[in-house]
Amino acid sequence: MTPLLQVKDIEKRYGTRIGCSGVSFDLYPGEVMGIVGESGSGKSTLLNCLAGHLEPDAGQVIFDTRADGPVDTVTMSEPERRMLGRTDWAFVHQHARDGLRMSVSAGGNIGERLMAVGDCHYGQIRDRAIDWLGRVEIDGSRVDDRPTAFSGGMQQRLQIARNLVTGPRLVFMDEPTGGLDVSVQARLLDLLRGLVREMGLSAIIVTHDLAVVRLLADRLMVMKDGYVVEAGLTDQVLDDPQHAYTQLLVSSVLQV
Amino acid sequence: MSEYNFAYLDEQTKRMIRRAILKGLAVPGYQVPFASREMPMPYGWGTGGVQVSAATLTPDDTFKVIDQGADDTTNAVSIRKFFENTAGVETTEETEKASLIQTRHRIPEAKLREDQIIVYQVPIPEPLRFLEPRETETRKMHSLEEYGLMHVKLYEDISQHGAISTSYAYPVKVSGRYVMDPSPIPKFDNPKLEMDAIQLFGAGREQRIYAVPPHTKVVSLDFEDYPFEATKADHPCDLCGAEDSYLDEVITDDAGSRMFVCSDTDYCRCRREAGHTGRMTKDVAA
Repeated sequence: MTPLLQVKDIEKRYGTRIGCSGVSFDLYPGEVMGIVGESGSGKSTLLNCLAGHLEPDAGQVIFDTRADGPVDTVTMSEPERRMLGRTDWAFVHQHARDGLRMSVSAGGNIGERLMAVGDCHYGQIRDRAIDWLGRVEIDGSRVDDRPTAFSGGMQQRLQIARNLVTGPRLVFMDEPTGGLDVSVQARLLDLLRGLVREMGLSAIIVTHDLAVVRLLADRLMVMKDGYVVEAGLTDQVLDDPQHAYTQLLVSSVLQV
Repeated sequence: MSEYNFAYLDEQTKRMIRRAILKGLAVPGYQVPFASREMPMPYGWGTGGVQVSAATLTPDDTFKVIDQGADDTTNAVSIRKFFENTAGVETTEETEKASLIQTRHRIPEAKLREDQIIVYQVPIPEPLRFLEPRETETRKMHSLEEYGLMHVKLYEDISQHGAISTSYAYPVKVSGRYVMDPSPIPKFDNPKLEMDAIQLFGAGREQRIYAVPPHTKVVSLDFEDYPFEATKADHPCDLCGAEDSYLDEVITDDAGSRMFVCSDTDYCRCRREAGHTGRMTKDVAA
């Protein structure tokens, strides 16, 4: 089977400092990869390099496109990359405000990606928006409300709906549960797990919350100071950490 | 008059503006940046249009200025006077006789010909401005033809008002490529954007010039199930009886009486001279 995403020796430097370096991995269709590490370990830099928001200084990010098979997205032309960004890829930001248009209604937010790929039938766009609101457990009657009238958890779910409406194959998530309270987090995780399994999505999830990766991720990479220090199956890494830093990370989780 | 260079601007400036105009004509709907000069009038009064007119005028031209369709409003009168003083060109109020027409917010009702040029005053040339505030981003969206956001605005209109409520500055796609703000003309005028005359758009404060060459395809954006509709007040003109012209509603007293008149004053006058009458002129004519 061809991997959906092949990452080879990605490096990003900020001047002389290292953002992330020597990161390589394969992601297969339907697989969820977690990236954990402390603040400043290069998780978000790596994610932004993979999603095309930052240009890596070295390395390849090869994506298995529907039309042409595996293509290096780093050297791909910008229009093609942006097209991927609104069809086959999705990016869920930590703060829903970064990923939503706050002055546009929920329906418009969900419909934007559809209209961006050329959909111009109002009735159909609206039906799909309402359908997706239902799938992320937001009442359909709120389709004309602006995200400003939504709670934090609802905004995050709306952002997910907006991203998944075009049926992407790869979802990048940057701390999707950050800033939400624990019960809302649990519901969101439940929802995400359902959607990922149901749609057969591949996902890369960056988080510092080990519980999130335990629930969602099949595989795990642990980052420290820009390097990957340990990688493997989630349960294996969390239950039997080998690297000193991973051991520290796992042991610092508070037990209630 | 001789105190000024012809049409106020110096020759170098006119040359620079003409180059921007030519580029605009070559790439229909594309906003060409230009070094807008300070003009002896405030921004918002048509500084862009005036500069484009100045660069386009020749001594043989006949010049007409309209403001919301009328030849006799402040803006039209002062710009007409400005060019009478600085260029000494002939001016007219008749659309037929004009070779260069500067307009604010209307297209004349009379069909324009190939030997005419119409110059629009544009306040905000960027159709995506209120949807995406970053200029760097809107430029990228234009260059990559990413216009989904424009439909988001129309979507919002329908979801809030049940119909596309944008009634002026209605976005159009020019020649199948660039989405353009046709300046704040009523959407009634949108179908007229496909015309025989050259159309030039000047935005002074925003320092942009764009153009639509003659016979260029101009399509108003819409949804399949909510097609574009050119709307006007459902009424004939009370002075000339025209049913096909864009109308202004005028409140005539404080008891709720009102009248509808053609916004294009020249068109209305011509019709009345030709003997047409409306609701309020019938008795006078009889």
